[in-house]
Amino acid sequence: MAEETTAIETVTCTIDGMEMTVPKGTRIIDAAAMAGIDAPHYCYHPGLSSPAQCRMCLVEVEKVPKLVPACTGQVADGNVIRTQSENALKAREGVLEFYMVNHPLDCPVCDQAGECKLQDYISAEGPAMGRLKEPKRVLGRDDFGGDVLFYADRCVMCTRCVRFMREVAQDERLGVVQRGSRNVIDTFFDEGLDGNLWADNIVDICPVGALVSKDFLHKARAWDLDRTPSVCPNCTQGCNIRLETRDNQVMRIKPRPNEEVNSHWMCDFGRLNYQWINRGGRIEAPLVRDASGRLSPVSWSEALTKLADALRGSRAGAKAVVSPFMANEDIGALRRVMEQVGGGSGVFRVETGEEVTLPGFPSLKLRTDRAANVHGAEAFGFTRTGDADGNGGIADLSSFDGTLFVLGDELADVDATFGASAGLFVYVGHFLAPAARNAHFVLPATTFAEMEGTFTNVQRRVQRFWPALQVPGMARPAWQILGVLLAGIGDEGAPGTAADAFHALGSVRPEFGTLQWADLGAGGALLPQPAAVGAGTQG
Amino acid sequence: MAYPYRHPSETLVLSQYFGDPEARTLKGWEARGGYQALRKALGMSPGDIVNVVKASGLRGRGGAGFPTGVKWSFMPQASEKPHYLLCNADESEPGTFKDRELIRWTPHALVEGCLLGAYAIRAKHAYIYIRGEFFEPAQILARAIEEAYAAGYAGKDVMGSGHDLDITLHLGAGAYICGEETGLMNSLEGRRGEPRLKPPFPAVSGAFGKPSTINNVETLIAAVHIVQNGADWYKQWGTEKSTGTKLFCVSGHVKRPGNYEVPLGFNFKEFIYDVCGGTPNGKAIKAVIPGGSSVPILTADELDIGMDYEAMAAAGTMLGCGSVIIMDETTDIVKQVRRMVDFYSHESCGQCTPCREGTTWAAKILRRIENGRGQPDDIETLLQISDNMSGKTICVLSDAAAAPITSSIQKFRHEYEARMGAGAPVLAGVR
Repeated sequence: MAEETTAIETVTCTIDGMEMTVPKGTRIIDAAAMAGIDAPHYCYHPGLSSPAQCRMCLVEVEKVPKLVPACTGQVADGNVIRTQSENALKAREGVLEFYMVNHPLDCPVCDQAGECKLQDYISAEGPAMGRLKEPKRVLGRDDFGGDVLFYADRCVMCTRCVRFMREVAQDERLGVVQRGSRNVIDTFFDEGLDGNLWADNIVDICPVGALVSKDFLHKARAWDLDRTPSVCPNCTQGCNIRLETRDNQVMRIKPRPNEEVNSHWMCDFGRLNYQWINRGGRIEAPLVRDASGRLSPVSWSEALTKLADALRGSRAGAKAVVSPFMANEDIGALRRVMEQVGGGSGVFRVETGEEVTLPGFPSLKLRTDRAANVHGAEAFGFTRTGDADGNGGIADLSSFDGTLFVLGDELADVDATFGASAGLFVYVGHFLAPAARNAHFVLPATTFAEMEGTFTNVQRRVQRFWPALQVPGMARPAWQILGVLLAGIGDEGAPGTAADAFHALGSVRPEFGTLQWADLGAGGALLPQPAAVGAGTQG
Repeated sequence: MAYPYRHPSETLVLSQYFGDPEARTLKGWEARGGYQALRKALGMSPGDIVNVVKASGLRGRGGAGFPTGVKWSFMPQASEKPHYLLCNADESEPGTFKDRELIRWTPHALVEGCLLGAYAIRAKHAYIYIRGEFFEPAQILARAIEEAYAAGYAGKDVMGSGHDLDITLHLGAGAYICGEETGLMNSLEGRRGEPRLKPPFPAVSGAFGKPSTINNVETLIAAVHIVQNGADWYKQWGTEKSTGTKLFCVSGHVKRPGNYEVPLGFNFKEFIYDVCGGTPNGKAIKAVIPGGSSVPILTADELDIGMDYEAMAAAGTMLGCGSVIIMDETTDIVKQVRRMVDFYSHESCGQCTPCREGTTWAAKILRRIENGRGQPDDIETLLQISDNMSGKTICVLSDAAAAPITSSIQKFRHEYEARMGAGAPVLAGVR
């Protein structure tokens, strides 16, 4: 407690004429960032140590004879710092010219074009012309294994990759070999980066196009991509990501910094496991079984009116299978529907695998459960079933004769007789697997990439994601489908937005009621433990 | 001819036993008064030793000339952490060959200096970092260390004083930058030889993250003599601010190359023409590098100055580590500078961009000029590259590479201009 009341020691400095007070020990580069000033840099990365070797962030500090690297220099009381002084600009222009001595001008083919820090800084404050008259040095390229290719000639020797592998991955597979301008990053072992699950982070942190992803190579130009903040759906860690899309396809996934969840990093499993999001062959219209027993496409209003009618007649409990890839809003809405029709039990199935920790940030792991919302599904009272591959466990439902809901689970492993004996079988999902064809109602839902919503991660952190892709056909978010249905069978209004759907969750699970949609922001908010909520409400 | 050549003007303190094989052995060294200074030091407090060295005015002989006693006093006095003394015997600057000679002839003097220095800074362990290529001196030194341990001068309870003083010889793999103090520490720890950012300074966080002091071979041996004979005795030589004697290693176009020990402040012109005998064939001297290849060049008419830190600085150059390189009128300055810059380009560790790229680029331009393919703006480009390399990196290797470029252009610009498109033979690939 005493520590909390201790005032933080501060220092006051002036950066580019702006006076500011910052905590003692703040690095100049961070203080400048607080003032909205970007001190150019390559080797500095907030998640790594600072060697101050690129010499790009040199700034002038009054009364200090030499220029100071802003990435390691700490602000002292009374410092007058100039990032744009003649000396600093001249030094930076000099450094940029040195970079261009050997850097190939292959921007037209380089994967980094459009998000290359060398390109940016050269165009912002580099020399107009290079003066090198000799041929450039050629170091060639190398396959580092895993997903990583290395273009040595583009390397600016910032050593972020080497430091990432040493400090964060703690698997020192990269090193600098040779000396001087013959310096090159290389792997020590024959296997290169093969088998290290975190290696692709070096592609993200490479400020130029030296380290590129084989998966993304020549697939798209960086400026052609749309970027949507999202949450990685591939395990319960819930890494904050950006879905980078073009032509309504996810082209790649990049981590989005969130110190509470994944810092700046994410694993290769999550990063490269995006093809399923692009999968075609989706259900595009609501299908209702007609008198002849065939599934026929109908309008949403017809489908939901008929379904509401059918549900009103069958208030004798229900069973459900949900997918942990569905949002809290989707699963919570289903729980509310089930309560409306007399309650019932629900299960979910999830593929599992080995847990892999990132040693330098041990709270970040590729989690055993390979779906984003296992903890959300559990919060809404759904229980785990099936084997480690996410199959089986629902055979008993084949003979169930009540109301059966399936939300999102593809039923790919289930035989074609599944649900045939159900009194009412409602399938809300994405693909029409043989088992789903027995449903009386097939309702096309969106995936997380096509809608707004939240997942609950392993820390019980509720995190928002945003729509990145166009919706296929008439598909709608499941919370919207189920919300309209609830309005049809109950007496409340249908949710108009994801925020409405989120706030409605509080009525089935009080702990969700403690969170405000607006407070979730980009970083999410922790869900209180159910027990604490109960104690609170009783009190 | 007897080795080494001795000139009457020399003052032999450090080098008095050069050429005396008996001085290499423990027995021979003890007969010459060896280890008396260590015995005396162990009877003093570490603080008193530091004060004596401070009072003597001894300045570091590795090149920077920082006062040794002051450096020793930077070490924390009441620290729980182990301290280390590191002896820099890497000696890799072109033109420098005094330390290896000190080790070769008087290895016990260095062992004694290390033990004494370690005691003075409250260290129990001294490391001697020696360049791996110095195979013969390293063997001689290893033998001396063994003898010192066997005789009880090193190890546990040195000479019954209750103090433990250990000494380890570490052979480097050979890189110029491993002679830079923080690069040396990295190398000693088994890492890549790359200089570290300062602060933290070695006295706070040095080798293995512990307080460390780094001294040159010549400095530690001088400290032995100072402790033995007193500060005033040492101050009888030299100038007010540059006290004592210094070994100068002379190479190039000179009649008698070699190591010479003279008092600091000795007249440079007299040194070159009288002590070293001038040029071999009596040709005129064109230029002299007074302190190792990394310091600015002097022309023949700038030599009438004292060989001390202040006089050299006043002349726009540095005493450095005392490596005098003499070039007569036949010397091709452009070629010499190109060779020096080639060296620095080869030895740059490559951490800092200005050094990594600048040294190589400058070498390429110089090579082009040397080969008669210079272009009118090349000299200006060289000067600007040198400016962008100076003072903007973690260590001073790039400053060292820039100094010969700028000083040679300043003083021999006409030679560069004469090579510009002069149709000089194109000797592509010939170094």
